[in-house]
Amino acid sequence: MRKIKERVIEKGLQASALVTIAVTVGIILVLSIEAIRFFSEVSIIDFLTDTQWTPLYTDKHFGILPLLSGTLLTSFIAIIFAVPVGLSISIYISEYAPRSFRKTIKPALELLAAVPTVVYGFFALTVVTPFLQSFIPGLSGFNSLSAGLVMGIMIIPFISSLSEDALHAVPNSLREAAYGMGSTKLQNSFRVLVPAASSGIIVSIILAISRAIGETMIVAIAAGQQPRLTFDPTVPVETITAYIVQVSLGDVQHGSLEYRTIFAAGITLFIFTFLLNTISYRIRKKFREKYE
Amino acid sequence: MKENQENIVKPVKKKHKLQAKEVKVFYDDFMAIKGIDMNIRANKITAFIGPSGCGKSTFLRLFNRMNDYVDGFRMEGDILIDGENIYRKNINVEQLRKQVGMVFQKPNPFPKSIYENVAYGLKIQGIKDKTYLKDKVEDSLKQVGLWNEVKDNINRSALALSGGQQQRLCIARTLAVEPSIILMDEPTSALDPISTAKIEELIYELKEKYTIVIVTHNMQQAGRISDYTAFFYLGELIEYDKSKKLFTNPEKQQTENYITGRFG
Repeated sequence: MRKIKERVIEKGLQASALVTIAVTVGIILVLSIEAIRFFSEVSIIDFLTDTQWTPLYTDKHFGILPLLSGTLLTSFIAIIFAVPVGLSISIYISEYAPRSFRKTIKPALELLAAVPTVVYGFFALTVVTPFLQSFIPGLSGFNSLSAGLVMGIMIIPFISSLSEDALHAVPNSLREAAYGMGSTKLQNSFRVLVPAASSGIIVSIILAISRAIGETMIVAIAAGQQPRLTFDPTVPVETITAYIVQVSLGDVQHGSLEYRTIFAAGITLFIFTFLLNTISYRIRKKFREKYE
Repeated sequence: MKENQENIVKPVKKKHKLQAKEVKVFYDDFMAIKGIDMNIRANKITAFIGPSGCGKSTFLRLFNRMNDYVDGFRMEGDILIDGENIYRKNINVEQLRKQVGMVFQKPNPFPKSIYENVAYGLKIQGIKDKTYLKDKVEDSLKQVGLWNEVKDNINRSALALSGGQQQRLCIARTLAVEPSIILMDEPTSALDPISTAKIEELIYELKEKYTIVIVTHNMQQAGRISDYTAFFYLGELIEYDKSKKLFTNPEKQQTENYITGRFG
């Protein structure tokens, strides 16, 4: 009787693992099939080199570059903002803050990641943009700057929390060695601990980039919906994710070429985040070997 | 920044390099050192022995203020180096640690190259002169007898060295900043007998230039290399004498019990 129960439980666990895999495979399959149908009508060269993205207009162009530039620009702004802030926070918490403070500040920071992104989006549109407009007169109502900055705030906990874990995991013997040689706290942090934890820190940054690239609501609300190939942070742009939202919410005919564009855009996004996650997985594996 | 470069501890030639005066150490409410007076001589090797938890490591770490990072640490009394109180308010702890080097129980090289490990202490002092650094690194590695073993791959990771080599590297790293005192906290306990013999030989050579204090669990080691030995028990200094005397004819019964292996 007991044996049967054990077996049922085992099978149940196995089944839930299989469901996850099946869903992932299913998503990739649907994405690929629809994307292949799309590329049977639009040449992949046009897709990669055309500098206009106008599938919803009469004069149709299917160049992914404007969407890609919008995605990369907003993510870049977010990362430029979040890396120094997140890293400083992690070093402060790990090396400077008293232990009791560490216990309260960490969960508080992780709360930042729990704020619904739609809230962030409206925060960017209705608070940050008007605020920035008082310094930058030419700033449009929709722009990649404030969307990027707010997205940066959102990914700070990814960087600070994971980097702090990495710093915390550096063996204490290295801290003792550095202090024993007359290092100040600052020298110890930047010359010994950050290099020693670099793989963990890099992983945290890659995961944050991956999160930023896939982020949807903030950019859909605050960055605008105008695909344009530019690296000017003050004008409206459209990201891949924002485009997918736009088409999904619109009245595009199911099964049409316009409809399939979202799968082509989706698979582009998927390739990016997949690559980033693979890189971070590799680094993490190497990192584990180093300390064991 | 100029005054930072000057030594806080003035190099006065004195018989007693390190002095402890009525030192008590507390970890929260626990009293780890129960009032110790002790003078340690210059250019001698002084060994601290005693069973685990007797306070010998805690006492050693008072001399470079390494206990400052331990939660709940509190000290009473004075520690003097060359007559200067190192627990006074305005002391530069970083500068103190450049003069009082430390070697730890487990070899702890930085995850950097061999060269970077030895150059670290100089680089954090702001020294950038490449030839000076190179000479100093070579010099320090020669002092610990590691130069011939590593000179062809000085840019390899220090973590690729064997345990014994790593510990000699850590000693070289300490020597590079030219301390006058070296504290060693069971420096050979993680090493094999051959590496241990090499390190002991090295420590013996180093006493010409440095004052060495070594904590050890190994009575033979204390007997072999030290000039003076101090026996600690339950936070108290039980006996402190020339090693020859202490190991052959101890004054106290407790010391005799310990060195003959009756407890501990």
